[in-house]
Amino acid sequence: MDSRARNLLDEALGLDQLTQLKPPLGGKAVLIEDCVETSGSFVLHQLIKRLLTAVPNSSNVVLFLAFANPFSHYDRILLGEEGKAGGRSGLFALFANITKVLNALPESNRKCLTIVIDDVSLMEVAAHGSSDHVLDFLHYCHTLTSDYGCSLVTLNHEDIYSSMDGLVFLKQMEYAADVLVKVEPLATGLAADVHGQFDGLQMTVLNRGSLNNRMSNFQFRIKENSVEYFYPGARA
Amino acid sequence: MADSICRTIRDGALEGEHAPSLTIKDTTASPYGFGVFTHVLSQASTLILAGKSQSRGLVVVAYSRSPSFYLDFLKRSGVDVASSQKWIHILDCYTDPLGWKHQLADSGILPSNSSAGACLFQDVKDINKLQSLILELGSGLVGQGKVRFSVAIDSVTEMLRHVPLSKVAALISDLRSHDQISSIFWLLHSDIHDVRVTTSLEYLSSMVASVESLNQSSDGLSGDLGNLSLLEQNFRRGKFHVRFKRRNGRVRVMNEQFHMEESGIKFTSVTVEDGLVSQGLVPKVLFNLELSEKEKLERARVVLPFEHQGNGKPIQIYDGRRSLAPESMGEVSADTSQSSTEECSNGGGEIIYFRDSDDERPDSDEDPDDDLDI
Repeated sequence: MDSRARNLLDEALGLDQLTQLKPPLGGKAVLIEDCVETSGSFVLHQLIKRLLTAVPNSSNVVLFLAFANPFSHYDRILLGEEGKAGGRSGLFALFANITKVLNALPESNRKCLTIVIDDVSLMEVAAHGSSDHVLDFLHYCHTLTSDYGCSLVTLNHEDIYSSMDGLVFLKQMEYAADVLVKVEPLATGLAADVHGQFDGLQMTVLNRGSLNNRMSNFQFRIKENSVEYFYPGARA
Repeated sequence: MADSICRTIRDGALEGEHAPSLTIKDTTASPYGFGVFTHVLSQASTLILAGKSQSRGLVVVAYSRSPSFYLDFLKRSGVDVASSQKWIHILDCYTDPLGWKHQLADSGILPSNSSAGACLFQDVKDINKLQSLILELGSGLVGQGKVRFSVAIDSVTEMLRHVPLSKVAALISDLRSHDQISSIFWLLHSDIHDVRVTTSLEYLSSMVASVESLNQSSDGLSGDLGNLSLLEQNFRRGKFHVRFKRRNGRVRVMNEQFHMEESGIKFTSVTVEDGLVSQGLVPKVLFNLELSEKEKLERARVVLPFEHQGNGKPIQIYDGRRSLAPESMGEVSADTSQSSTEECSNGGGEIIYFRDSDDERPDSDEDPDDDLDI
């Protein structure tokens, strides 16, 4: 089940064929949206694990901007390297730190960097509620994906925005993403053996010029140390 | 209809008239506005290079994509970019819109930034400077005379993040009325803005092209998990609705369909036979709510258990125990007496039915509610 599970999520995120030569997410920007009923953190955790452990001796580097949990939390879910994040300093200073880390890497390895932001709503809090500043910061992170070929993964919550401004903020992020992932509870409610559903859309045709708009829909169950993925009704 | 748009862009502005202007708008439910934008861009570029367009140059104001993206895209579309400096200028508002990288370069943190093949713009809040630069770059391509150039803005949505609507509207209005502007087109994500913004920009447009989803749901990603393949198919397709505003005030509306392919966006006419077009009002559920032809025929042949069949034949009552075949209907004996009775032809049981209507005299003045004790 684990190798099959790897295929479903990897396929959805475009991680099917991790090799030493190819950048892990291909320089894409991934947006994960979750809600209070169903946390999308597991997608982040699985993604980071795959990036750091899938290919032996790979030069994949994860630059982690953690606002939601202390670093010890990510230690417990077996992260490889932890990047030096800018913390809660000004967003400009944070971007400066990211570029410092990027420039410290050998030029050939820069495209193997994945910037992970967990999560954007807390970044807004750190920016004293200025969603415009956060969008500016995210825009600059996007420019790094085209300047250096690195990748960007962000997590945000779709149900915390009740006002029009908040929804606009979320939509701005959706338009900019190459891969859009939504983690939601089942439409039928809570279940003991199915914890939610995963909807993924690769919008590569819009952003990178080549057609690859693939949709993925499957369900998942979070276990103690892993996550089980299956198509609806196909759970063993 | 996409061809009509491209022809209008090709024909450009008439002397003394405003330049044709196109708003392309989309939503997250069908986020293919950028595909339409790049389609118009490549068509306009091809016509400029072939000398078939009024416009002799193109200035692209790039907010949401890098200049290298556009050059790569045009190259993939078969447009000659080797001579790009003669006919296209990309005003790069994407790489460093607020000057952050410039500041980092000054501090030595970043190498000095240069936007290859483009003019780097690092102060997107200064709309006057942006306008001057657009006109300067355009004139640099076509000269100062009567020759015109076109302007493409890849995201007015992004522009509106930095500049208020009044200034964006003033910019577009000034460009439209400029002697050297042949045409202008831009992309807007209409679900990001309130109606006032979208309407204001549409008023400034001689053409409004809307990209809409085939699915009725407002969210393009949510859908029935059981209907994934239909959802996926429909997500690559959509409706393309164009409104043309003529100089004489007449408004012409046209509709097409589009679908995304490897090579880009493709437009087709709306066909009634296409099942995806006629969605109907029937909700998508797991059970069948519609009848097939065979089922419709059989329903028409069902003898209703009412007295009046309306076919001029004697009154017959179907008790549910006889054959429905037409030849057997003649075997049923008719009873035309006032009170109809049903007789079971298979023995046992008899139903005697007295119609309530028999108790009433026709045209009675009696109030049926008289017996109520209120």
